[in-house]
Amino acid sequence: MNRTCIVIGASHAAAQLTTSLRQEGWEGDILVIGDEPHLPYHRPPLSKAFLSGEKTAESLPIRPAAFYQKNDIQFRQGRVTAINRDQQTLTLVGGGGESEQLSYDKLALCTGARVRKVELPGSDLDGIHYLRDMADAESIKRSVAEGQHAVIIGGGYVGLETAASLRQLGMQVTLLERGPRILGRVTALEVSEFYHRVHTESGVCIHTHVPVAGFSGNGRVQKVVCADGTEFPAHLVVVGVGVMPNTELAEMAGLNVDSGIVVDEGCRTNDQNIVAAGDCANQLNRLYGCRIRLESVPNATEQAKIAAASVCGKSSASEFLPWFWSDQYNLKLQIAGLSQGYDQLVIRGDRFTGRSFAAFYFKEGRLIAADCVNRPQEYLLSKRIIAQNLAVQPDRFADESVPVKELLLADSPVLVTVGGCSQTA
Amino acid sequence: MGSITFIEHDGAEHAVEIETGKSLMQIAMNNGVPGIDADCGGEAACGTCHVIVDGDWIAATGKAGDEELQMLDMTPDRAPTSRLACQIIATDAMDGLVARLPEFQM
Ligand SMILES: Cc1cc2nc3c(=O)[nH]c(=O)nc-3n(C[C@H](O)[C@H](O)[C@H](O)COP(=O)(O)OP(=O)(O)OC[C@H]3O[C@@H](n4cnc5c(N)ncnc54)[C@H](O)[C@@H]3O)c2cc1C
Ligand code: FES
Repeated sequence: MNRTCIVIGASHAAAQLTTSLRQEGWEGDILVIGDEPHLPYHRPPLSKAFLSGEKTAESLPIRPAAFYQKNDIQFRQGRVTAINRDQQTLTLVGGGGESEQLSYDKLALCTGARVRKVELPGSDLDGIHYLRDMADAESIKRSVAEGQHAVIIGGGYVGLETAASLRQLGMQVTLLERGPRILGRVTALEVSEFYHRVHTESGVCIHTHVPVAGFSGNGRVQKVVCADGTEFPAHLVVVGVGVMPNTELAEMAGLNVDSGIVVDEGCRTNDQNIVAAGDCANQLNRLYGCRIRLESVPNATEQAKIAAASVCGKSSASEFLPWFWSDQYNLKLQIAGLSQGYDQLVIRGDRFTGRSFAAFYFKEGRLIAADCVNRPQEYLLSKRIIAQNLAVQPDRFADESVPVKELLLADSPVLVTVGGCSQTA
Repeated sequence: MGSITFIEHDGAEHAVEIETGKSLMQIAMNNGVPGIDADCGGEAACGTCHVIVDGDWIAATGKAGDEELQMLDMTPDRAPTSRLACQIIATDAMDGLVARLPEFQM
């Protein structure tokens, strides 16, 4: 009997999940339903090389159409609006608004996340953008005008990368952050200070402690208005204040949702026929001993592989080490691990004048995370130490006369207990 | 049109068509070669596209660049002809090239 696996969402998680299904031996039909008019493409370049013009749209697909054809993986554009778990059907609404019911044997939720929108006076004016998908990036690109003012709202990675790209395109860039510092939720003060300096040196005006109150303009945005009345001229505004997981479909279907679709170590939901992977899923991270919803490509890829194995009835789990990267100007930041809950920070290299250093986060003498700027060796070393839970001497990490490889003592013992984690997703 | 062969650590061979101008990583992805994860999409940021170029073919691919070498230097599976597949751009001169995959990616 032919069986059907339907995947909802057509992005990083779906691209891997479908590929892994075939590798795991799934012989039934595979249908991917996504609401964007594209095959799965790399999202990270949208704020980086694609926005700055170094990469073209043709270079973004994760795999070409021929690959999916060859592996008999079908795609349909449309939105899934409901799941009926008892009947094992879902409702698909196509581009023309017509709806139909499709049956599944197995279902994979790869619905990802969407941007958080601001609701302020004037926030629906033209020229105010968000950045999550290709259409967003293309419309930002169309609005770029050399010498004109761009205002970025939010000093997270996407905001900072966008600032760097727009600066490279010759715009005058102002970045408004309502917290006390950029990257405030994700890195140590020392790393925030470094990025603040580099952006300032590159001509971005960063203002912290600045809550935005609204926007003004005649049909099209002209000014960003702040709570204290300050106004910033704006030809183009990009709002980057975070994302929220697309969990409504799961919730309506009665699946467990708690800041993300709750899945077990096999990426299974509380319905044995439904798995979830990627930005929409909340899973126990075994290395850190806590439940967390991660927003990164490596996490989407890893969970997709595990979910595919589960769909095929195999059990698989991983000790995934979260990692992330960010490109800004000529800086490549590679982040290993989760830094929340650290009690000691050790800096290696010169963060005040240079453009290359690493920040190591320790908790009770144990390395839990590292932010490495143009330091691939420190990054890869940190990955290994954290993944294998090796004992190290924190103070030595600051000493540049000790070569990176020697930071790992030949006899570094494996620590026994896994550190708990104070992460709140 | 020529072909290149990826050999997995367990010996499984994947002969795939050369797509001139594409990276070896992208060609592996396009053909679903297992063992190359390419998490970063070719930014030399993840190290999950490590290949060991067979024998003399390193002359055709060229040696690793500086940043690439720093990454490769940290993996225990490193060989003298190690490269990041995303940093090798395929040319017609690579017809017949063999690239071996390490047991574990970085
Ligand atoms: C600008 C930008 C830069 C980034 N940079 C990095 C980076 O440097 N490194 C990194 O690791 N990560 C980065 N990320 C995050 C990364 O892109 C995400 O973690 C990744 O895309 C998650 O993949 P996913 O498949 O889980 O979900 P998504 O990519 O969010 O895709 C989900 C898809 O499902 C569709 N969908 C949702 N609901 C339905 C429905 N009911 N019916 C049909 N379709 C539906 C959505 O429209 C979307 O197309 C970046 C993200 C952005 C936006
Ligand atoms: S694809 Fe990430 S380093 Fe090559």
